[in-house]
Order: sequence, then C-alpha cells, then structure tokens
Amino acid sequence: MDLFFFSLFAFIALICAVNVVLQKHPISSALSLVGVMASLAVLYLLLGAEFVAMSQVIVYAGAVMVLFVFVIMLLNAGIEVHHGRSWMAKLLGFPAFLAILGLLCFFVQRGFPNVGSVRFGDWEGGGAQQVGYALFTEYLLPFEVTSVLILIAIIGAIVLARKELD
Amino acid sequence: MDPLEMMKNGVPETFYLTLSAMLFAIGVAGFMIRRNIITVFMCIELMLNAVNLSFITFAHQHKQVSGHLFAFFVMVVAAAEAAVGLAIILTVFKNRSTLNIDEINTLKN
Repeated sequence: MDLFFFSLFAFIALICAVNVVLQKHPISSALSLVGVMASLAVLYLLLGAEFVAMSQVIVYAGAVMVLFVFVIMLLNAGIEVHHGRSWMAKLLGFPAFLAILGLLCFFVQRGFPNVGSVRFGDWEGGGAQQVGYALFTEYLLPFEVTSVLILIAIIGAIVLARKELD
Repeated sequence: MDPLEMMKNGVPETFYLTLSAMLFAIGVAGFMIRRNIITVFMCIELMLNAVNLSFITFAHQHKQVSGHLFAFFVMVVAAAEAAVGLAIILTVFKNRSTLNIDEINTLKN
C-alpha cells in the first residue's frame, strides 16, 4: 500500500514538474507547480511530517502560488517568445540534462545504498507538538532571526513595488 | 539489504532521495531553458521543494525532528524571496515593459 501511494504521487510530481518546464504559458506552469507541491505534501505525510505537510499546502500551494498567479495576471504575461538559440545549446542541452540527472541519481544510490525503509505511521515525531517544542527550545534564535528576515522582506517588497510618490 | 527485499516492508528511502534528485534536475533544466522571468522563478521554487523532500527524508532516516525545522526555514525563506523577487519583476516590467530575460541585458558588456 505504501509503495502504491508513493508511486502514484511520485509519478504525479514528476509529470507536473516536466509540465512546468515544457508549458509555454506561465499560468499553465504555475498550475502544474501547484500539482507538484500538493503531491509533495502527500509524500511528506507518508514520511511522518504532518506539520510540514500542512504548512506546505498552506504556505506554498496557497500563499506563494497565489502571489505568482497575481503577478502573472497583473503583468498580463503571455506565451513566451524564443529568439534563435545557439547551435551549442540545441546540441548539448538534452545530453547535459541527462548527465546532471544521471550524476545526481548515481551519487544518491552510491552514497545512501541501504538506509532503511519508510512505512506510513512508523515514526510519529513530526507532529505540531514536537516541531513546536524544538522550534522554541533548540532553534529559538533562528526562529527569531526569521521574523527579522520577514520584516525586511515586507519593507523591501513595499519599497520596490510602490508607485513613485514625487 | 536488497531493495526488492526492503520493498516488502515499506518504501526504501533511496526512492525518496532519487525522486528529490530528479525534481532538482528538472528544476535546473527549466532554469536554463526558459526565457520568461516568472517561469524561471518558478523553477527555482521547484528546486527548493526538491531539497525540502531530501531534508524530510533524512529526518525520517535519523528519527529526528531537526530536518523538519530546516525544511520549515527553507519554506519561510522561499516565501520571503518570492515576495521580494516578484516585486523586483514588477519594477523591471514597469521600466522595460518586457518579461523576456534575453532583452533585459543592460549590464551585459
């Protein structure tokens, strides 16, 4: 059963990820990216990370993607135009992609050959209680620094996107 | 242990790591070949998501909650980055009226 759910959602994630890259219109890419994030949230649940799965759905598939769709709508972004590509990009692009893919998979298989297996429910250390406890004891300083970071990001976004007032 | 043997009691963690590597490679490819600045940005988000999957898998392997916290911090930084990045895209579009990264080449030469 675990293998069935993993295969199903890994397949959906891969198809949607390829779709993000291959679609010509940005709004199609954005919707495919929502598919990737939702299926990754299911995989997080299978790995016992309930809190992160929920924040993935709320923060990523919700907030960040709505921001993307807003900007696409605001800028009226259309189908992208391709200027001529150099012959080198055409010739070496796909082999280079396959090389990166093969290298990454090779090092994963080589570096972590038998690291155990995942069963749904075999580890329940990722609930909101455990994450919250670690966040407010061991990782308190990074958590506070994060709030400063978000404040800076808000101010920066407002300064960049406001209309000129003069 | 043999992966086929491990599949009888669950999914091997290597499968999750391989999926993460594949998603990362697809994100890199999209970052290289796409010409729309918004789509390039989406490919960066795809790469961040792939790395998050690795963090969660390692957290499960070591039975520690730290990996979840790192994934959570990555998520927070990605949200902040999306806000600032999209504001920059808005400003670029206001000044240059284009989203094609081939035409935004003021700093070239």
